[in-house]
Amino acid sequence: MKNLSIKILFALSFVTLVYCSKKVTGRTDNLPALNPLSIDINAGSWKTVLLKRPDTFAVATPLAVTNVNYVAELNEIKGLQKSLTSDQEANINYWAAGGVLRWNELMRELVAKYNLPPYQNPDGTYPIPSSTNPFAYPLFPFANPPYAARAYAYISAAQYDALVACWYYKKLYNRPAPYTTDAAIIAKVPTTSLPSYPSEAAVLAGVTAEMMKLLFPTEIAAIQMKAIDHENAAIMSGAATRSDLVAGEALGRQIAQVFIARARADNAGKAVGTPADWANFETSTAAKGEIPWISQDNPKRPGMLPFFGKVIPFLFDTTTVKALVPPPPPSTSSSQMKQETDEVYSYTNNPTLENKQLVLFWGDGVGTYTPPGHWNAIASEDFIPKNYSEVRWARNMALLNMSLMDAAIVCWNTKYTYYNPRPSQLNPAIKTLTGLPNFPSYISGHSTFSGAASTILGYLNPERAAAYTQMANDASKSRLVGGLHYKSDCTVGLTVGASVGQYAIDRAKADGSN
Amino acid sequence: MGALFSYTASFAQTDQDAIMMNKNLFCTGLTYSTSNWNKYWEGTNLRDNLNIGTITTNELSVMGNYGIKNNLNILFSAPYVSTKASMGVLHPASGIQDFSAWVKWMPIEKSLKKGTFSLYLLGGASLPMTDYIVDYLPLSIGLKSSTVSGRLLIDYQLGHFFITGSETYTIRGNTKLERNSYYTTSLFLTNEVAMPDVNTVSVRTGFRSSRLIAEAILTDMKTLGGFDITKNNMPFPSNRMNATTIAANFKYVIPNLSELALVGGVNHVIAGRNVGQSTGFYGGFFYVLDFSKKQKK
Repeated sequence: MKNLSIKILFALSFVTLVYCSKKVTGRTDNLPALNPLSIDINAGSWKTVLLKRPDTFAVATPLAVTNVNYVAELNEIKGLQKSLTSDQEANINYWAAGGVLRWNELMRELVAKYNLPPYQNPDGTYPIPSSTNPFAYPLFPFANPPYAARAYAYISAAQYDALVACWYYKKLYNRPAPYTTDAAIIAKVPTTSLPSYPSEAAVLAGVTAEMMKLLFPTEIAAIQMKAIDHENAAIMSGAATRSDLVAGEALGRQIAQVFIARARADNAGKAVGTPADWANFETSTAAKGEIPWISQDNPKRPGMLPFFGKVIPFLFDTTTVKALVPPPPPSTSSSQMKQETDEVYSYTNNPTLENKQLVLFWGDGVGTYTPPGHWNAIASEDFIPKNYSEVRWARNMALLNMSLMDAAIVCWNTKYTYYNPRPSQLNPAIKTLTGLPNFPSYISGHSTFSGAASTILGYLNPERAAAYTQMANDASKSRLVGGLHYKSDCTVGLTVGASVGQYAIDRAKADGSN
Repeated sequence: MGALFSYTASFAQTDQDAIMMNKNLFCTGLTYSTSNWNKYWEGTNLRDNLNIGTITTNELSVMGNYGIKNNLNILFSAPYVSTKASMGVLHPASGIQDFSAWVKWMPIEKSLKKGTFSLYLLGGASLPMTDYIVDYLPLSIGLKSSTVSGRLLIDYQLGHFFITGSETYTIRGNTKLERNSYYTTSLFLTNEVAMPDVNTVSVRTGFRSSRLIAEAILTDMKTLGGFDITKNNMPFPSNRMNATTIAANFKYVIPNLSELALVGGVNHVIAGRNVGQSTGFYGGFFYVLDFSKKQKK
């Protein structure tokens, strides 16, 4: 009988073990509140990306803290704090971890959701997502790596400029936070001496919600709800009053318009090209005596965003893009290309488990937040323990994401300059360990993104510089051993990416934040 | 548990039938199955995909069934699985998948009307045996989730005619992806994926004698939760994978060598959600070893 109970106990504990493992906790689900080491009170003088001046958009002088109408605003907070629900408390804690961080995560979520190649038409052609009809299939956008890189960059750069302007007015008007002014207001976040007018939470909510109208038009309603959540967290936590929020949101939305105007004219809208353009890549490459890239999708799909290489970059001009495009890959008829193709085959013919895992870890393909998103995740998770101010968070994410977008531009320019075939095109016996991207091989996008990201991150967070280099090398290697790229695609990609990243370092050194 | 995107139900498994090995008998067998599909349900939409063509799954399983008592058996199986796509560039996959074991208990067996009624309770568990790749559907060889299952099975036999009904509830533990973030219907920053449980109802009927079993089977597997594959997306381990399968099986005991039985069958998924519309065949043999004489010494 005793024996039986032990057996039952054993069986039950196995059931419990399996059952209790069902909870899944994300790495950033339960973060402590952001408690900046420095409030960066002088950030209003940092060099902006597009804004000519931090006070390009006026913010009215706030009411004095003794004004009766301001006292009424304090009473609103007290009223809210009297009956906070557990959901409202959870919302405060969620946003307290950092507004730039949370919006970056939400952005990555949208990229993953929209990173789906359109399904073909009955005649074997492919429909193209339309920003003017975003709810019709295929949903707009197809958030592929170049699209995503550009979206992350616009959001991050706009947030940065908006927070620089916000800090400018914070210092100018120097209105203390409600929890400082009124002892009856409970601080539900770490207290700082940062002035609260205009609210940085509302600036972020406003600028991001406005940018999203352009980038993810089918998500405007959902994003607007998040913006309200963010502002509610700020007021309920005792960190901002209603007028802090109103002024901040208006400022954010206005600054977004500057970025939206740039985005509408940055050539991204022309990146798809026409059937005549697509045919021309093939014939002009063949005319040079090289084997042109051919889509290995079935039915054949036009190459992804062939004119993305003409998008106007953030960190340098379009002449520099051309200068950064590397020399051609080995000729498709050369012995070196044959040798590199054989090398790819040697990795994929009988892949090791370790290589398979590496390929999938860095795959970042369909339905994921893309390689730029992966580097945003790496950066964010390293920035969390740094306790940056929101404006420094924004600065660092902007530097990273401008690097990634500009890396995408140079990489795509290279890809469609040389229109080089994939290893599996030159040798159909090569089978890939993850999905094959639908664009030319030279140079590797993963390698270019990773070279750029690891370079700027190594500058921003020097103690992790060696780790970033290792990650970039791993990401790059994964494309070789996964059968997606030749070795020269990877090595040249890393080098080109590093050159792009250097421009971000140059900017960072001179932006007044150090 | 057969809850794969490429649905491969092992209908030969004796954990699903109303047959017990007598005390001290050990039955072991080897089965080979092959199944393939060229259409799958993306959510509820049945489609083809020219980037994979036809997916073929082959499986070689070793199985065993030992009679602790006449009404208490333990069973196990361990499969080697390989998958491949007929079109596109994706690499094939293969490897040793999950070990599964069952305890099968028949607390009730009694005459009812002119036939025999019996009731079985089964408890099972499965564990991945190797570190195979998960995040590679539809070509991954399994979902790499540890599971615990409970099954109620009832059987009625009248002469050579029988009917068996069963219901199985499977609790599935988390699986771990090779990447550290994923999107289902929201973004997760972890490699761990919560797997929804699975409930399976099965009815089988046909002819059963000591020499020959010939049966038809209807099985309905439902995943209790999970999400649909979005349009033109890749399948994911925690998709809501449902499958209604029809199958026919036989088991034939060799007349002059009653320790040896041949088994075989065919199965087809007639309705599904986030699974392949697969058609499968299997064949194999079972051999019975008698340990009772040795034990008596």
